[in-house]
Amino acid sequence: MRASTPNWLQGWGRRAVIGLPFLFLVLFFSAPFLVVLRISVSEAVGVRFMDLLSWDDGTLTLRLKFANYLFLTTDPVYILTYLRSIGFASLNTVICLAIGYPFAYFMARSPAAWRPALVMLVSLPFWTSYLLRVYAWKGLLDDDGVVNNLLLWLHVIDAPVRMMHTAFSMMVGMVYTYLPFMILPVYANLVKMDLLLLEAAADLGSTPFRTFWLVTVPLSVPGIVAGSMLVLIPSIGEYVIPELLGGTSTYMIGQVLWDEFFKNIDWSMASAVAVSMVVLILIPLAVFNHYQTRGAGRGSGA
Amino acid sequence: MNSGFGRAWLAFGYAFLYIPIATLIAFSFNASKMVTLWGGFSLHWYHEIVHDSELIDGFVTSLKIALMTATASIVFGTLAAFALVRYRDFFGRTLFIAHINAPLVVPEVITGLSLLLFFVACERLFGIFTERGIVTIWIGHTSICTCYAAVVIQSRLLTMDKSLEEAAMNLGCRPLQVFMLVTLPLIVQSLVSAWLLTFTISLDDVVTSSFLNGPGVKTLPIVIFARARLGLNPTVNAVATLSVAVVSIGVLTGSLWMARNERRRAQEQAAAYREGMLETRA
Repeated sequence: MRASTPNWLQGWGRRAVIGLPFLFLVLFFSAPFLVVLRISVSEAVGVRFMDLLSWDDGTLTLRLKFANYLFLTTDPVYILTYLRSIGFASLNTVICLAIGYPFAYFMARSPAAWRPALVMLVSLPFWTSYLLRVYAWKGLLDDDGVVNNLLLWLHVIDAPVRMMHTAFSMMVGMVYTYLPFMILPVYANLVKMDLLLLEAAADLGSTPFRTFWLVTVPLSVPGIVAGSMLVLIPSIGEYVIPELLGGTSTYMIGQVLWDEFFKNIDWSMASAVAVSMVVLILIPLAVFNHYQTRGAGRGSGA
Repeated sequence: MNSGFGRAWLAFGYAFLYIPIATLIAFSFNASKMVTLWGGFSLHWYHEIVHDSELIDGFVTSLKIALMTATASIVFGTLAAFALVRYRDFFGRTLFIAHINAPLVVPEVITGLSLLLFFVACERLFGIFTERGIVTIWIGHTSICTCYAAVVIQSRLLTMDKSLEEAAMNLGCRPLQVFMLVTLPLIVQSLVSAWLLTFTISLDDVVTSSFLNGPGVKTLPIVIFARARLGLNPTVNAVATLSVAVVSIGVLTGSLWMARNERRRAQEQAAAYREGMLETRA
């Protein structure tokens, strides 16, 4: 098949096709990260950074400063914020799955003629500004917001309940923002499922509930994993949602980085936080990759 | 086929997705300054927007950046998608794939911080990127959006029938002609989707832009974010309503256009097939 690739795509053309985007991303994505890595271990004088390597009186010295990282591990604030970020992100994933899985399931089992419209209705909010959709919850959950007013009017409550700037308001915002990322991959998986398998299970005497747990759910694991990664990874580093809807109890690692940079103007500390954040995100990704390669191996073995 | 429970679940789900947007729109027509109490219908906040130069300037800046980002992203994205799909083995392919995927999972605070520090380092070492503003934000957005564009275009290339290109080549088309006359029309829909997707991502971005903007350069999301942080603000609701209106019209026309294209292509294919049948019979 490769012989059919046009000649011009083999020589200079090929080099350009691969080289241009590669060069762009190396220059403006990975090189900047190396700068961050370097700044996170360099001695700072104000916002000027000392050279890592210096040549004084015939001796070459390599100056690496790990104080930032040491500070990250000794100051409980950072560790707490890390754990909190992972905790909120995991909770978000679990809630999105609990709401999104049945949602995707019922979508996939709707009449085929409705499905394109149902999918479009899930993806439509994507196209409107995420910032504005998060802001919308401020008006709903505020002390004199729509929800409180409604509950007061219905006499469910006597005084406004404090919802804004709590873990509750932040989680609502997170679930709201990330729910479509869970629904769509799970739906894509469920809609392709061979319904004959379910019929077979029913013919063999399985109850619908048993069939659901023993056939449908195991078959949809790839969709669940994909959706969970799409929710988990970005919500660890979330900045806008905790900043707009959260409070002091929901301070997340993305906000730490932002504050170190913009408020404390401590560039090397912000860099150290960035490097450790990447490490933090690589862990679930590595688990995911491991799982995927194992899954692929099992699939081909069967 | 769905039970009542299933329908109820779907209804609640959609309500959850749309009620915030609906209230946002409703309160943009509120006469009262209170964002949460209804004080009668009014277009007051839309008048405010027209005279709000900070919002207008922000919008113009954002629009410029988004147009440039979407265009650059589909150029780089198409190249990257071709590299991934057509060249199964080349030096550094794994690294290349990592570069396409990484910006999708790295939090924006990190992308923004690292690019800013990179620009500062460039300024000190080579004296370039001395001014931060539209260009630096554009580079930041493009480095993220290229990857989204590559993913969208790649999925189209993977399902494309390569034999059509081969047929054109066998019939004597030059490579560039093949690309312009066969490949491009086949993938143009994915290019449009990628362009629209990257356009919206860029138009909506607040974190990367906040790191990369210079003094006096404010994109619309930066202005909105600053106001939203301070509290509720009816002009923000009005902006939201306008953007929802534009998006709904855009998505609706877009899907109608795509449906028409799809139909036309099906008709053309059927016509070509019929002609072929007649010729073989004759």
